[in-house]
Amino acid sequence: MIRIQNITKSFGRTQVLQDVSLDLPEGGVTALIGPNGAGKSTLLSIIARLAPADGGRVSIDGLDAHQAPSADLARLIAMLRQDNHLTARLTVRELIGFGRFPHSGGRLNAADQAAIDRAVAYLDLAELQHRFLDQLSGGQRQRAFVAMTIAQETKYLLLDEPLNNLDMKHARAMMRLLRQISQDLGKTVLVVLHDINFASCHADRIVAMKDGRIFATGTPRQIVAPEVLADLYETDIPVHDIDGRRIAAFYD
Amino acid sequence: MPRNRRPQLALAALGLLTAGLILAFMTVGAKGNWDFILPFRGRKLLGLVIIAHAVACSTVLFQTVTSNRILTPAIMGFDSLFVLCATLLVTAFGSTAMAGFDPRLIFAANAVLMVAASMALYRWLFRDGTEDLHRILLIGVVVGILFRSLAEFLQRMLDPNEFMVLTDMMFASFNAVPLDLLGVASLLVGLVTLWLIPRLPRLDVMALGRPVGINLGLDWRRETMAVLVAISVLVSVSVALVGPILFFGLMAAALAHLAVGSSAHRHVLPAASLIAVSLLVGGQMLLERVFAFDTALRILVEFAGGIIFITLLVARGRR
Amino acid sequence: MPVLAIAIAINLGLAALSLFVGVSQVSLSGLWAGQDDQWLVLIESRLPRMAALILAGATMAIAGVLTQTLIRNRFVEPSNTGMMEAAGLGLLLMMLLFPAAPIIAKMAVGTVFAMAGTAIFLAILRRVPMRDPMLVPLIGIMLSGIIFAGSSFVAYRFDMVQSLLAWTQGDLSGVMRGRYELLWLAAVGAGLAWFAADRFTVAGLGRDMASSLGLSHGRVVALGLAIVSLVTAIVVVSVGMIPFLGLIVPNIVSLALGDNMRRAIPWAAIGGAGLVLFCDILGRVIIMPYEVPVGTIMGVIGSAVFLWLIAGRRRAA
Repeated sequence: MIRIQNITKSFGRTQVLQDVSLDLPEGGVTALIGPNGAGKSTLLSIIARLAPADGGRVSIDGLDAHQAPSADLARLIAMLRQDNHLTARLTVRELIGFGRFPHSGGRLNAADQAAIDRAVAYLDLAELQHRFLDQLSGGQRQRAFVAMTIAQETKYLLLDEPLNNLDMKHARAMMRLLRQISQDLGKTVLVVLHDINFASCHADRIVAMKDGRIFATGTPRQIVAPEVLADLYETDIPVHDIDGRRIAAFYD
Repeated sequence: MPRNRRPQLALAALGLLTAGLILAFMTVGAKGNWDFILPFRGRKLLGLVIIAHAVACSTVLFQTVTSNRILTPAIMGFDSLFVLCATLLVTAFGSTAMAGFDPRLIFAANAVLMVAASMALYRWLFRDGTEDLHRILLIGVVVGILFRSLAEFLQRMLDPNEFMVLTDMMFASFNAVPLDLLGVASLLVGLVTLWLIPRLPRLDVMALGRPVGINLGLDWRRETMAVLVAISVLVSVSVALVGPILFFGLMAAALAHLAVGSSAHRHVLPAASLIAVSLLVGGQMLLERVFAFDTALRILVEFAGGIIFITLLVARGRR
Repeated sequence: MPVLAIAIAINLGLAALSLFVGVSQVSLSGLWAGQDDQWLVLIESRLPRMAALILAGATMAIAGVLTQTLIRNRFVEPSNTGMMEAAGLGLLLMMLLFPAAPIIAKMAVGTVFAMAGTAIFLAILRRVPMRDPMLVPLIGIMLSGIIFAGSSFVAYRFDMVQSLLAWTQGDLSGVMRGRYELLWLAAVGAGLAWFAADRFTVAGLGRDMASSLGLSHGRVVALGLAIVSLVTAIVVVSVGMIPFLGLIVPNIVSLALGDNMRRAIPWAAIGGAGLVLFCDILGRVIIMPYEVPVGTIMGVIGSAVFLWLIAGRRRAA
């Protein structure tokens, strides 16, 4: 379980997170939604120890996210950011191999190779595995990075807006993949999403943030509701039931 | 599974090239007593090899820590920082007092000062992350100019009559490497190299950048600081031996990436080092033996390196 | 305009001070008493030096304003666009090939080289589609470095390092009557820039805007950069390179007054002259009886202020 207690964070004079507390149970896909500047990405970065918090603590299965050895945490939690520009010129397989670093310390043994093979197969990258990353399309590259986190074999997986820059087909495939990962591999997935309809259709749980605080948590059915969304986004958003799913219609 | 043999082949070719050049350097045009020639040329060769290796390694490491292929310690002002540290030390103790000390002791004091100062410089340069490359580059370049100007100013203040002597010292040529420092320089460079070998896989992870590095379990702050200390030591050695060379490291690192076509440090580091040695030994030999003209190697290096730098910048701007 | 009056008064004060500071004693009472040696120092050395300081400072600052307007980048000036180093290379080659040529011919060749350096710089810039403002001076500094490496090579090969150093380090200690007068020509060039200031301002709006306002953009830019090259070559041949002067003075003027060139030019001239006077006086008194060259002091002050300007951009962004 990821336990977030009284996290505060400010950049200069702007308070980005104000006393955020949240328990994320194991299993399933949790979507983190909210208006721009709500503090979603900052919260994710603090959980993944990419940024320090000003106050409060985060513990992951009892390990303090900012005190425990980074190497131990790397076997427990993986994070994928939206911007994955690399200077190093790597093949897909080399990149996925880096996911084994927390386990192998860089010298890949047979077990590591097997884990890499599984990740390659899982994301259907066999054809591409010896290509260089800069020879791939955006969607393929994204898959390669997901494969790296799969090879890392962590219990928790955090993703910051993974649908950015993806077209409809690839966005949908990515969301299906995340659900599949959580079901097949038993991972706990926490994903920041901008499109609440994706959250509504694919998440087991939604956490809504606003102005640096947790605004509401619940099932998609509880959160994707006109009265909640109106307060969250400060604009009226009609919600329709389509094939048993809640769809917010905010395009008019 | 198809395996890419190119890095190994490239390294083998570079190794042969370097060995050939070294052999030629030791023997070509030798007249007279071998008992004199071998130790004489050997010391010179050792100096060149140490300089080349130190510059190549410090550059590749710096590019790893900053996840960038254009930044180098020399371009970001670290070389000038060493000159400034050395000048400050002379200012503090006075040039006459310094003349009485063992040069190795002075070098050690300079290196310690340099390590501390470069940590501070690095923290300041990269305090906002490395997102805005051009600004960081420009700031680094201007910081370098500022350090150089300050050092020149202090040198003028110290002894206006001996100003030229002092600048000569700071801009020693490849031909006149101070021999009294060779021992301590080889020792330091050797230690840093040994320290690096078990860390090669970690360096590969570091090159992926801070977020990925942390995600894969690196203790980022400690690791970068440790590598930075190594860089400072290497820069101290190379600047103490030949003075600042702006573009040499960039040239070696860029050519190494081209040659091995791999990002793994176990390929890039030795390749950069071999290329640097070949460039210095080969270039020095060519200028000495063929053109009978031995002061200009650093100028040629700066000339070619500067063109490579602008090419890299322009190519990067196009992407 | 009380501020302008104060600024001019400060400059006059500095100019007067520069007449009386130095190793050889020159004082009002001595001059009053008609001491010939003091009059000699004043007329042969101090007055020419003062004039050279004012002329070099003012014209370099104006050259900076012009360069920044025409290249449309706040961080460029003759010393980081390949111009100053190219002028130096031209002078060096003249010394080598035609040592007996009159100084005016050397200056002309220096000007042509400066223009060629600028042309190379602009050609490189055209190949960089992404016009990051920080990238422009960066490329310029590196180009200058490459040209300087070329000059050093020539200088080493033909044993002319001394002459090279004379141009690279701005130093006014050698200025005497008969050895600085070319600077008046630079002043004419700078005056021309003021006269045509409005055209340059419009050209600085960019090719499209300038063309739609009916201006022949290419020709105006070429004329402006020719003026800058002339001024640069003259300053380099008479007193040596003074780095950053053309950069920091116009930037500070622009922060205070905005970017209308007609208004900026006189202020830049006053600021440039004042700054060079100040640095030169400082250089003369700081380690009496020796001198620190004005170029060295400008190197420290200039790079520090430049750094502050770039860092200021960080906050604005």
